[in-house]
Amino acid sequence: MDKYIWLIPLLPLAGFIINGLGRNSLPKNLIGVIGSLLVLASFIISIGVFFQIKDTGHAINVTYFDWFSVGKLKVPFAFLVDQLSAIMLLIITGVGFLIHLYSIGYMHHDSGFGKFFAYLNLFVFFMLLLVLGSNYLIMFIGWEGVGLCSYLLIGFWYNNPSYADAAKKAFVMNRIGDLGFLIAVFLIFTYFGSISFADVFGKAATMKSGDSVLVLITLLLFVGATGKSAQIPLFTWLPDAMAGPTPVSALIHAATMVTAGIYMIARSNVMFTLAPVTMDVIAIIGLATATFAALIALTQTDIKKVLAYSTVSQLGYMFLGLGVGTFTGAFFHVLTHAFFKALLFLGAGSVIHAMSNEQDMRHMGGLRKKLPITFWTMLIGTIAIAGIPPFAGFFSKDEILGYAYERSTTFYVIGVITAAFTSFYMFRMLFLTFYGKFRGTHDQEHHLHESPPTMTIPLIVLAVLSMVGGFIGVPEVLGGHHELEHFLAPVFEQSTKIVGSHHHVLHDAETTLMAISVAVAVIALVFAYVKYVSNKRVPVADSEERPLLSNLSYHKFYVDEIYDFLIRRPLDAISVFFYKVVDLLGIDGIVNGFGKGSVWTSRGLRLLQTGNVGFYIFMMVVGIVAVLVYGYTLIG
Amino acid sequence: MTVSILIFLPVVAAIITAFIKNGAAKHVALFFAVAELAVAVFFLSRFVPDASTQFTVIKPWIPKLGIYFTAGIDGISMVLVLLTTLLVPLIILTTYQHQYKNAGAFYALILFMQAGMLTVFTALNGFLFYVGWEAALIPIYFICALWGGENRIRITIKFFIYTFAGSLFMLIGIIYLYLSSPSKTYELNDLYNAAVTAKAQSWVFWAFFLAFAIKMPVFPFHTWQPDTYTEAPSAGTMMLSGIMLKMGVYGVIRWLIPNAPLGFLQWQTLAVILSVIGIVYAALIAFNQKDGKRLVAYSSISHVGLIAAGIFSWNLEGVQGAMIQMLNHGINVVGLFFVWDIISRRLNTRELANLGGIAKVAPQFATAFLIITLGTVALPLSNGFIGEFLLLKGVFNYNNWIATVAGLTIIFGAVYMLRMYKKAMQGGTNELTVLFTDITGTEKLVLGIICVLVIVLGVYPQPVLHISEAAVKNLIDTVNAKFVDAAVNNIR
Repeated sequence: MDKYIWLIPLLPLAGFIINGLGRNSLPKNLIGVIGSLLVLASFIISIGVFFQIKDTGHAINVTYFDWFSVGKLKVPFAFLVDQLSAIMLLIITGVGFLIHLYSIGYMHHDSGFGKFFAYLNLFVFFMLLLVLGSNYLIMFIGWEGVGLCSYLLIGFWYNNPSYADAAKKAFVMNRIGDLGFLIAVFLIFTYFGSISFADVFGKAATMKSGDSVLVLITLLLFVGATGKSAQIPLFTWLPDAMAGPTPVSALIHAATMVTAGIYMIARSNVMFTLAPVTMDVIAIIGLATATFAALIALTQTDIKKVLAYSTVSQLGYMFLGLGVGTFTGAFFHVLTHAFFKALLFLGAGSVIHAMSNEQDMRHMGGLRKKLPITFWTMLIGTIAIAGIPPFAGFFSKDEILGYAYERSTTFYVIGVITAAFTSFYMFRMLFLTFYGKFRGTHDQEHHLHESPPTMTIPLIVLAVLSMVGGFIGVPEVLGGHHELEHFLAPVFEQSTKIVGSHHHVLHDAETTLMAISVAVAVIALVFAYVKYVSNKRVPVADSEERPLLSNLSYHKFYVDEIYDFLIRRPLDAISVFFYKVVDLLGIDGIVNGFGKGSVWTSRGLRLLQTGNVGFYIFMMVVGIVAVLVYGYTLIG
Repeated sequence: MTVSILIFLPVVAAIITAFIKNGAAKHVALFFAVAELAVAVFFLSRFVPDASTQFTVIKPWIPKLGIYFTAGIDGISMVLVLLTTLLVPLIILTTYQHQYKNAGAFYALILFMQAGMLTVFTALNGFLFYVGWEAALIPIYFICALWGGENRIRITIKFFIYTFAGSLFMLIGIIYLYLSSPSKTYELNDLYNAAVTAKAQSWVFWAFFLAFAIKMPVFPFHTWQPDTYTEAPSAGTMMLSGIMLKMGVYGVIRWLIPNAPLGFLQWQTLAVILSVIGIVYAALIAFNQKDGKRLVAYSSISHVGLIAAGIFSWNLEGVQGAMIQMLNHGINVVGLFFVWDIISRRLNTRELANLGGIAKVAPQFATAFLIITLGTVALPLSNGFIGEFLLLKGVFNYNNWIATVAGLTIIFGAVYMLRMYKKAMQGGTNELTVLFTDITGTEKLVLGIICVLVIVLGVYPQPVLHISEAAVKNLIDTVNAKFVDAAVNNIR
């Protein structure tokens, strides 16, 4: 399969070019088919590559050309496919294909249909580059490229200025992280003399644990990850990113792009394992983000906002997993999350589609009967994310919590409490949307309908995956073999060696931990049921007062406002000060002062001066010509 | 074939164009500009990318005074020759929808300016360099003063006096070097070997630095720039920002640092810091600019600050980054000023507050504007990235902390560029912008060429880097050898 790898990213790129150029001339259906089929073709090749790697156990390296080189700094355009990237390829192209298919139905009435598919294809291209790159700069192309597509797609309906603002915010916040990434790359080149993964990790593996260079590099890389994967403090762009069409939220802001940070750290696992300080920072930031975002999700009323904060929170779990050393567990959660979160977003999209673009759950209710497929699939997704066995989320989340327990009981306790929040806000969302009486307008009620097959088929496929996806990582205590762990073992081999043997938790303790987290999830479920189904509670209107904590949560703890006050406004003030005072009055004032000074001193000589610059220049030209002529007469 | 054809063809073209009556002048000018580009491409095809100087011409001019007509092209010059000859026809094309009074004179001045700039980029004799330097300044003075905006006279005079003052310092520096040179000529190689003490080199450094810092401009010598860029007719702004400012950058590489290596060593830190202050300072000011053209002017100060910082860091990555970024900045900034020319010609305003929603009514224009914007914010696979990456890497080699501050450009650049794009293109249309018509004809051609260049140079920049690498490496090695010599002598 080696010689077809280049096709994997190139097919979606071709889709971008075809759909981009033909966005106004090609028929909609053709655009949708081209966009989807090309991603499907990439998926099929990815399957071939996956099985080759599974069978041989060898990673594939291919170098195409020198992107650029200066002196010793060489940046080849080269791909690396190993176990880690092979799975990412499957997620990106597989889930990507389903979401393309879904978009044919979802975006059908949009005038920007062609543009939408072009952007979506472009996104897949960049995302594939991100995971295929065999050095940090090719990864960085994908890294920034997906940021661009995110910008374009969040601002897809840019006629709405606040959507355009959301797009800009996402790009800028990502750029803050990217600066960290870039400086890390400089350091990597400085200390390792190369930016190729193979060279860097080979050399890093021989270094001492806790080496300050490694700590610095990994911290900076993590700064990059906080931007792309929406962690504290750079997480506020992701909820705003919900301004984009819902398939975008599913693909970019749930299943793939936002997991890039986790992928990058898992990819660089050798360096991170040797930097325990960084690992602690990652675990703490991840856990804090998971809890903080879950707290906000508890009171949100916009269905997509609930899912957005849920995504931030789940990403936090993944970072917790990385931080406590279970690269496999974190990556396992990337995989299962891709299934159930894509499913939930697409389900939400189906609801929004049926509700004539209504997103406020206070105006929904009782949709179960009208949207049966959407309901059942979303129920499955909700169970999966809540961590109730045997659905996918249970296994991956439990693996992370198990490792967290090993590191610190505090981590574990906070993690479990957050899991309870998760179960609560997810079932809250489900009950508010699908149970009780319909609370929308008559018009909306009249239009309620189940979505077309192009939309429900992806829901069903993802629902199945959310149900069975966890079985690739069943731990031994439950009689499984954790196939995923064995498959990924070569990628994390060095790190495993460094840490020594892994997972000391006894099987007894392991089952107890599982029982606790399941119990907690179920209790939260029941609590939500009692509140929103039995007692028929509906979140209050914005005009009414809320209790203090609920109010803080509903207003997202005013983080945006705090950033605005601490960063944006001071920068704005500095900007105006620099312009009006320093530049115009200060520096330019001095320059003009020189001018005036010379005018005064020359006043005495003014009889010789006409004050006409044109005249001076004329004299200068005469002078130059005279010199030229003089020169030529001498030659002649 | 020597470089003199490259210098004199535009002079001849200028003389001919000056006599052409209004309507046809632009066609004649374009014809000659394309012909000049063809000559440059021919040189490129014969060019061997080693450290040597090629297509050299040496003619005695005023030999008694050590003045020769010496010029040639090495890898460094080649990139700038390409930049100049590529951009001039594009700039002429951007004027196709303008009606200028005395069009013949207008285009003649542009071509004459091209000759001056090409002289600067190829001259290997100090006197010739100075002549080219001033010969490029005079036409742009007249272009701004005669075809500029409302405040043109006051602003153009300031621009002229300011930059002219700078170049007088340089002239003093050149003459001083000439007097100290071993065989009393203005030949560059002779000047390189001038016996100048470290202390005197410090003065020589400042004499050149002032001229080049004003030209680029480097903070705090920049205040002529926003006014001039805003008031100049857009073709003039493009000539200034796309090509002319690179005279300053080029000057630093070829004339400042090699002529006063020990002076440079004394002031290197200050030069790097001033450059980096300019990056952040101008970017911050760009945040709140209300006039699109003025915003681009400040963004240009910021970008040039990074180019300067890369050069003053004086290592292979930094200088190579500067080389490719000169080309890329030229392409992108011409694109941006053309975008604003198109907007202001259609709507008679450049105030961001009056705009909005243009993307909806002019999708092709929006696409081009977006691609150029992405090139400017240095997205990977666009041309801006390679330059910015190498420049930052170069500064990083010099000092990690300074590079981190310089790196703020990737954040701030995104802030002001996306704000500009949003204010102009996104949001709803208003009664003014709803009438905006999409680009046609030459507009499409120019923006199309620029967009293709943005992407092609981003995807495959290696050939351009290859042109200058050997020459840059050689120059840096030569200068560094002088550092070593001086250090050894000091120890003795």
